[in-house]
Amino acid sequence: MITRREALFGAALGAAAVAALPALSATVTKAEIRGLPREKITLVAPPFVHPHDQIAKSGPKIVEFTMTIEEKPVVIDADGAKLNAMTYNGSIPGPLMVVHQDDYLELTLINPDTNSLAHNIDFHAATGGLGGGGLTLINPGEQVTLRFKATRTGTFVYHCAPGGAMIPWHVVSGMNGAVMVLPRDGLRNDKGKPVKYDKMFYIGESDFYIPRDEKGNFKSYESAGDGYDDTVKVMRGLIPTHVVFNGKVGSLTGDNAMKSKVGETVLIVHSQANRDTRPHLIGGHGDYVWELGKFANPPAKDLETWFIRGGSAGAALYTFLQPGVYAYVNHNLIEAVELGATAHFKVEGDWNDDLMTQVEAPKPIAIN
Amino acid sequence: MSAFILKLMPIAMMAAAVPVGLSIQAASSHRQSHVAAMTVSLLPGSIIYPMPGEYLRGGRPQANPKVERQLNGPLEIMTYQVSAADYADCVSAGACRPAEETRSIPRDAPATGVSYLDAVAYARWYSDVTGSLWRLPSDEEWAFAAAERFAGEFEGVENDANNPARRWLTSYQAELDLNRKPDPLPRSRGSFGVNSRGLADFSGNVWEWTSTCYVRTTLAEDGSGVASSVDNCGVHVLEGLHRAYMSNFVSDGKSGGCAVGLPPDNLGFRLVRDRPGWASDLLSHLGMI
Repeated sequence: MITRREALFGAALGAAAVAALPALSATVTKAEIRGLPREKITLVAPPFVHPHDQIAKSGPKIVEFTMTIEEKPVVIDADGAKLNAMTYNGSIPGPLMVVHQDDYLELTLINPDTNSLAHNIDFHAATGGLGGGGLTLINPGEQVTLRFKATRTGTFVYHCAPGGAMIPWHVVSGMNGAVMVLPRDGLRNDKGKPVKYDKMFYIGESDFYIPRDEKGNFKSYESAGDGYDDTVKVMRGLIPTHVVFNGKVGSLTGDNAMKSKVGETVLIVHSQANRDTRPHLIGGHGDYVWELGKFANPPAKDLETWFIRGGSAGAALYTFLQPGVYAYVNHNLIEAVELGATAHFKVEGDWNDDLMTQVEAPKPIAIN
Repeated sequence: MSAFILKLMPIAMMAAAVPVGLSIQAASSHRQSHVAAMTVSLLPGSIIYPMPGEYLRGGRPQANPKVERQLNGPLEIMTYQVSAADYADCVSAGACRPAEETRSIPRDAPATGVSYLDAVAYARWYSDVTGSLWRLPSDEEWAFAAAERFAGEFEGVENDANNPARRWLTSYQAELDLNRKPDPLPRSRGSFGVNSRGLADFSGNVWEWTSTCYVRTTLAEDGSGVASSVDNCGVHVLEGLHRAYMSNFVSDGKSGGCAVGLPPDNLGFRLVRDRPGWASDLLSHLGMI
C-alpha cells in the first residue's frame, strides 16, 4: 500500500510505482525539484506588474518571491478617512505574482517585529494546506517560506486567513492580492489562436468598513486592534463605507491614471477577495474576457461589463481604438462614484471619425 | 492662468478698496439687532475675464471668450465668506436648512455643505434681519472682487477640430498641473489671506456660489457675436481655485462633481449688498428721505 505522502516525498520509491498511480503521474521528486532552475523576482506595487515572459522560454522552474507584511495607517479618501491597514509588501492590494503553469511559486513571507498581529497567506492557486494558510502562520518577528506548484492556469486571489473572525477582518484591512499563472505557451483566444498584450495592469478592488462616530464622521484608532470591535460591527452590516481600487479613492486617477495609446493591447487583471464586483470600461469593451479568470476556459468575447465573484480574479484583454480619458469603474455606479471605485486610462492617439462623430453640436431645439 | 492674472493686476490696482463695515453696522442697527457682516465697497471698475459656460463655434468647443466688463456702480461685498455661526443663526430662525456639515470646524470658519438653494435662502433671511438687500454676487462681480485670486478657466486646453479627445486629455492635464492635493477641512476665517482689495479667503478650500446660470452659447461662424444660447438655471457657476458648475441642490462638491480629478473641497458663499438698498437705508437713517 502506498500513501499519498510517500508518493509525494518518498524518493526511495521506484518510478514504476509512481507510474502505477495515474493521478500522480506528474509528481516530481524532491530531488528533481531541487534540481530545477531558480529565478528571483523583485515585486512591484500595483497597478504595475513585474517583468515576465508571456510565453515560457524554457522548462519549469522555481520562481522566488519575498513579501514583507506591513501594518500601517493609510488615508483612503480625500476627506482623510483612515484605515488601520494590513498589507502585503506595503500596498493594497499586494503585488501580482506571475508564473507559468508547472512552475513552482516559492514565497518567503516576513512579519517584522514592528507589526502587532500574526498573519499568513492562502493562495487560491495552490492545492492543499488551506491554500498554504495552514503552513504559513507567523508571529511578529518571524518569517516562513512556502512552495507550491502552479498546476492550474489563470488569475487567482491570495489573502490572509489567520483563522476565525480574523480572516474577514484581515482581508478587508487590505491583505489580499493575486497570482497569475500563464499557460506555458501564452494566452489563446476563443478559437485557440495566440493573443498577447503590450501592457498589463493589476487592479485590486477593496471594500472597507470604517466606523463612524455619532455625528457620522469617520473614527480613527491608534492601532488596528483598537478599532477591531467597532469595525466588525460595520462589517456585519455588509455595507462598505468605501469601495476602492488599489487601496484608496483616486489611487488610479489624475497623476496615477493608467496610460495607453490607440492600437495598444492591455491586459487588465481585476481581483476582489471578498465581494462581488462588475468592472466596466466606459467607452470601451473587453475584447476577450476570462471572467472566471481561468485560462483553460475560452474567453468570452466583446463584453460590456464582466462579473468578478468575491474571492476571485478575472482578466480582460482590450485593444484601445479611440483616444481620450476613459473611466474604468465598478458598474454599480453608486460604488463607483459615491464610494470610490473609479480608475482612469489616458489614451493618446488619433480620433477615428468612423467609429464616432458628433454630427451636430448641441443647439437650441429647432422650432418649425 | 498666470498670464491672465498678470493682465488683471493693473485693473485690480485701479479700484480702491474702501472698508465700510462699521458704517453699515451703524446704518442698519436701528432696524435689527443682528450685527451686519463686515464688507468692503469696491469702486466702479472694469475687468477682463473669460465668460463662464460652454462655447461652440461651427459645432466645435471654443475657449471661453475673454471680455471686458464694466461694473458701473460700486460693489459692496462681504470681506469674509458667510460663517458657519452666521448660517447657524438662520437655521435657528427656521429660515435655512441645516448645512450638510458634520465635521468639527471652527465657529468662524465659512459655512460649508451648503447648496445654491441654501445660499439663496440665507440671503433672503439675512436681508430680512438686516433690512438691506443682500444677494449672491454674479460671476463677473465675484471675479472682479477676487482680483488676482480669480482663476477662471483652465489654460492650455486644446481644441483640435479633428480630435475631440485632445480637449479631454489636455483639460485633464491642466487640472493636474494645478498640482493640488485635497484640503478638505474648512479653516477659521482669514486663514487664506487677504487679496489686493482687502477681501479675505478667496480661492482657498471653499468654492463660492454665484448667481450666474450655466449657459451654452453658440458663437456666430463669422465671429460677429452670439448666434444662440441656452441657459440652464438648474445649474449655477461656482468660483474658487478653478471654475465649477453644479446643480442647485448639491451641497457637497465631491459628489456634485465638476471635473474628473479635482472636485471642489467645499461649497460656501459670500453675499453682496445691493447699493440702492444701502443708499436708501443710509439716507433713511440720516433722516433725508
